Amino acid sequence: MASAVTYTAEWPVLVSIIFSPPQNYPLYIRSVPTENELKFHYTVHTSLDVVDEKISAMGKALVDQRELYLGLLYPTEDYKVYGYVTNSKVKFVMVVDSSNTALRDNEIRSMFRKLHNSYTDIMCNPFYNPGDRIHSRAFDNMVNSMMMQVC
Amino acid sequence: ARRAALKLWYVFLYMLLGYFGRSQFYIALKLVAVAQSGLPLRVESLNTVKDLPLPRFVVSKNEQESRHTALYSSDADNPASYSGVIPPPPGRIQVKKGSVSHDAVQQRTSTDQQESTSPVVSPQQSPPTSPHTWRKHNRHPSGGNNERPLAGPGPFWAPFSEAQPGSSTSSDPIWSGHSPPPHQENWVSFADTPPTSALLAMHPASVQDQTTVRTVASATTTNEIRRQSSSYDDPWKITDEQRQYYVNQFKTIQPDLNGFIPGSAAKEFFTKSKLPILELSHIWELSDFDKDGALTLDEFCAAFHLVVARKNGYDLPEKLPESLMPKLIDLEDSTEVGEQTGEVGYSSSPAEAPPSKSPSMPSLNQTWPELNQSSEQWETFSERSSSSQTLTQFDSNIAPADPDTAIVHPVPIRMTPSKIHMQEMELKRTGSDHANPTSPLLVKPPDLPEENKMSSSVKFTAGNTVTDGYSSSDSYASDPEQIGSTVTRQRSHSGTSPDNTAPPPPPPRPHPSHSRSSSLDMNRSFSVTPGQQQAGVVAYPPAVPPRPQPSQGAGPHVHRPVDAEGLIAHTSTSPQQIPEQPNFADFSQFEAFAVSGVNKEEEDEIETHSEVLQVEKPSDSASSLRVAKADGRVEDKAPANVPTSGKGTTPLAPPPKPIRRRLKSEDELRPEAEEHTQKTGVIAAVLASQPSIPRSVGKDKKAIQASIRRNKETNTVLARLNSELQQQLKDVLEERISLEVQLEQLRPFSHL
Repeated sequence: MASAVTYTAEWPVLVSIIFSPPQNYPLYIRSVPTENELKFHYTVHTSLDVVDEKISAMGKALVDQRELYLGLLYPTEDYKVYGYVTNSKVKFVMVVDSSNTALRDNEIRSMFRKLHNSYTDIMCNPFYNPGDRIHSRAFDNMVNSMMMQVC
Repeated sequence: ARRAALKLWYVFLYMLLGYFGRSQFYIALKLVAVAQSGLPLRVESLNTVKDLPLPRFVVSKNEQESRHTALYSSDADNPASYSGVIPPPPGRIQVKKGSVSHDAVQQRTSTDQQESTSPVVSPQQSPPTSPHTWRKHNRHPSGGNNERPLAGPGPFWAPFSEAQPGSSTSSDPIWSGHSPPPHQENWVSFADTPPTSALLAMHPASVQDQTTVRTVASATTTNEIRRQSSSYDDPWKITDEQRQYYVNQFKTIQPDLNGFIPGSAAKEFFTKSKLPILELSHIWELSDFDKDGALTLDEFCAAFHLVVARKNGYDLPEKLPESLMPKLIDLEDSTEVGEQTGEVGYSSSPAEAPPSKSPSMPSLNQTWPELNQSSEQWETFSERSSSSQTLTQFDSNIAPADPDTAIVHPVPIRMTPSKIHMQEMELKRTGSDHANPTSPLLVKPPDLPEENKMSSSVKFTAGNTVTDGYSSSDSYASDPEQIGSTVTRQRSHSGTSPDNTAPPPPPPRPHPSHSRSSSLDMNRSFSVTPGQQQAGVVAYPPAVPPRPQPSQGAGPHVHRPVDAEGLIAHTSTSPQQIPEQPNFADFSQFEAFAVSGVNKEEEDEIETHSEVLQVEKPSDSASSLRVAKADGRVEDKAPANVPTSGKGTTPLAPPPKPIRRRLKSEDELRPEAEEHTQKTGVIAAVLASQPSIPRSVGKDKKAIQASIRRNKETNTVLARLNSELQQQLKDVLEERISLEVQLEQLRPFSHL
């Protein structure tokens, strides 16, 4: 899709951000492509409000995998934001370009699951202190491969 | 003749180390000198002869000489650390060494050039080509060589080989540690070195002491060196000495070699290596193969190896090198380092430990990525299970991982279709000798002897038990289950008490180290009580008909011999019922019981199931295992097969490696089953198979376990995939609706 190509140049096709509780500062940010990253950061930060809103709405609901996936947080004309929160209140936010209609909900879910799995693997690493920026190469590889699938 | 002897000598040295390390080179040269000086060639001569004149070698080029001497001098420097400073040789030695490969010399020299008194070994040292050139040249020592053949090199080999490992390690540290200045050194001093290094080398522990004597940095250097020495063939291979060292270090943290090192302890330990946290984190990611936050022995060795490599300047790989993977460490011992017969002696013991683990690991490791990929499936599966855990995939990952890495014969038999259940059982098993499984198993065996059929069924169940999760204990755990399953089966035909299926005792898998012994015991015990076991052993899914009482077994027993086919088919059904149970064949168990014939009654069941399982001849046992697993009915037809497969350990008797008939079917190796299926007397067969069990256990076990593991994993993966796909289907429908809505919304914007 030629249009998609140009589009991606202006807007990140896929951006993943992981936020950690309680201050919700980002642990990991990856976007493809890398231009306009600042704009994307802003988008993701604003979406955090939506995430918190959804979390509070869940209340004491049974926390299972399905509910960890928050789904489409809100769509705009340019992009869609998906959210996912773990039991430990670590939030994953994914921004997808709106023109990328090939992405289905299931795919988003599976991507979040992969993120979650990789995140738990990182947690297993005794050398990782929760709250640190994530520098794991394995994690990077996983995210890269995931994003390549989307693009 | 001399040349031939020398050639042999070089070859031998090379073989000992897998490469012609510098120390070996020096020792060889020294021997040459000794030979040339007419002294008897003895190991002692290396140590005692101090004034050995430099050997005369025919060197094609002067360059070689200089390099050669440079090498020696560098070597001298290395040993110097041990024996003191060795003055550089007064002048270039007219050393002509036809056998000395030009390249080797060059390489060595270059390594020597790397001037660094620090123990850090640069990656350029010990280039892999060096040993190869050495080898080449070693084979042609006679090329213009004046060396006198080593007299009676044979007798020296044995003692020398002992010295080799040591010297190689000791000299390697020296060598790699230092970049010997390219000046020549005295042969004499060189002579001093090898003995020293040899002495030091003799004891890996002493080598470690050496490291302790030196600074901590040098300690790591030693490791590095060892590692480097092994880098000739493969930069990531672990030599026996290294492995021994790692094992010892492991013991200081965790005395139980089959246990785990918790993450925090490992963190402290590796932090001492003074590597940056980021790199340590990466090393951990690479080495913690099962992602459980703890290090098994193999994982620890891999991590240590990586630390050593990193300290030596090697860059960390992006993925774990194959030779460091837990499953391959076992192979490592048998292959590349195996050549070093001399060294193998002392390193074999630690090597043995990992091998026992590795058989189960390969399949696990292979399936591991799939599991990771299909974590969703894990989730869904777990959701369905009674015990839903939040991070189901995590648990699932742990369960199979741990057992496999820690225990050779993992895969508890799945009692219920729920994989989680199985996982729980596996978790139970993990890291513990499953005494439990054996006990229930033992309980059952008593009935076996009474029932011929039972024995076959027992074997059958044994195999199934694996999948049922009963046989979380390797080998023997499955046996009782299989037995029970067979009994159950028989019962089903005979319509006896459904009690058998009721108790789902998930016997924890016996500790891998015990699997063999325990399996043997189980076999005996099983042979004794084939019938009973099955009743209580396998708690098959409700669908499984209750196991026939032992009394019932007699009836079907009659049929068994006849119904070998039936049994097979029967077994096939079991796998269906336990689609997700890992194929865990308790081979040991089954051997005993495999003998008993198949239940005729189950024939019809078998037929129905036969499609599920393509049971080949050996598969009979396997299928019987499977069936047993599925519903505890063991078509004893291949009881021999069943038990073996159930165990998951190596099939004792000629293991009919059936197992994998289909993805779902467990790998039931029931070698014994085959043999014994024919026999009417189950017990007799069982007993007969028992002796064979130990034999094949060793060699087939790994293969079977690996295949079992693979199958199991595949089954699990497929089950998860299935559930995941179903979920996706639902989501797709929802998506469709939402898309339609969006389409409506976008209609007004279509012009844009």
